[in-house]
Amino acid sequence: MSQLAPSKFEYLCREVRARTGLVLGPEKAYLVESRLGPLARRSGFSAIEPLVDAMMRGDKAILTDVCEALVTHETFFFRDKTPFELFENVVAPALKTARAGRTLKIWCAAASSGQEPYSLAMLLDEAGGPKAEILATDMSGAVLEKAKAALYSQFEVQRGLAIQRLVKHFDPAGDAWRVKAHLRQMVRFEQSNLLDDFSRLGRMDVIFCRNVLIYFDIETKTQILNRLAAQLADDGYLILGASETVIGLCDALRPVEGHRGLYARAPGKARAAA
Amino acid sequence: MKPCLVVDDSRVIRKVARKIVEDLGFVCEEAGDGQEALGACRKAMPDAILLDWNMPVMNGLDFLIQLRNETGGKKPVVVFCTTENDMGHITEALRAGADEYVMKPFDSEILESKFAEAGLV
Repeated sequence: MSQLAPSKFEYLCREVRARTGLVLGPEKAYLVESRLGPLARRSGFSAIEPLVDAMMRGDKAILTDVCEALVTHETFFFRDKTPFELFENVVAPALKTARAGRTLKIWCAAASSGQEPYSLAMLLDEAGGPKAEILATDMSGAVLEKAKAALYSQFEVQRGLAIQRLVKHFDPAGDAWRVKAHLRQMVRFEQSNLLDDFSRLGRMDVIFCRNVLIYFDIETKTQILNRLAAQLADDGYLILGASETVIGLCDALRPVEGHRGLYARAPGKARAAA
Repeated sequence: MKPCLVVDDSRVIRKVARKIVEDLGFVCEEAGDGQEALGACRKAMPDAILLDWNMPVMNGLDFLIQLRNETGGKKPVVVFCTTENDMGHITEALRAGADEYVMKPFDSEILESKFAEAGLV
């Protein structure tokens, strides 16, 4: 770590954790340096230390920028494949029957720049239903703006996306590609932090919350999983990332047998107050 | 190991592509234009072909159309890899029988993703 006094590093970690849940330890010093160095320069500071000093003086805009720079926004279309296969082959057919024509409510929590909700919109479009409203939330306003614009670079549309899907679901827009309007209309974006109360978002049939719990400590994971469970319809599904689980963290949810990464409400568990 | 034919008139691109494709577990042959590629395919049909569009002697699209009419020419999975990045070229390639399409510039991540989409890895 370059010249950031231990007390200032601790302050930075504490503030970022309180705001985002992201656990930063001394072993993450390289991450702090590589992400905040460019931010410091962009913001007109000579180094990271004066940037942190500005945070310590209570500059809220700097704190927001620091959090956005440190949180990982990594995502791509149809990332990890399996969750989308689960959705297509297990979740959507089950709920299509159970809901008998009613619009499904799907929530992509920590949706980053929008590739996950748009991938789901593509699947629903290709299958011709069920009818669904997709809510996509993220704590970062900057990535949500990108998600809403639905404009993706040539590099981004070549990660995880089959060429047939590019042709079918995108319009060329200069050097970039834009998700077609009817798919954009299926997705609503809203700024929301998983650490904050999200009960106002209402009951959900399907929740995708992938590759975000890994950054949190056990207490935060448990708390978020319990609150996600409270939002989930009785016969709804939660989909987590490949290295995430509810086991040992949340009794209100159980793994769906034979489908790694898929969770449902545990039978006989009283619903926590949402 | 599965055979892959890398077709590009640039030796530098062939070298870069070859390294990536070999890392994906293929054994590579190279061709500098469509005519050479057709000759290579007539000797032994590869499992995969990474194909540039603009080349001297015979371009990638003409090669692909001919390939699909050859005996056994439906077998290779063809991944176009070209600077042509507009919808017109992409749909033309798909109509001619391309399985996937990479817009240059590419890197190992893109090639791996596209090979996966095409069912090659």
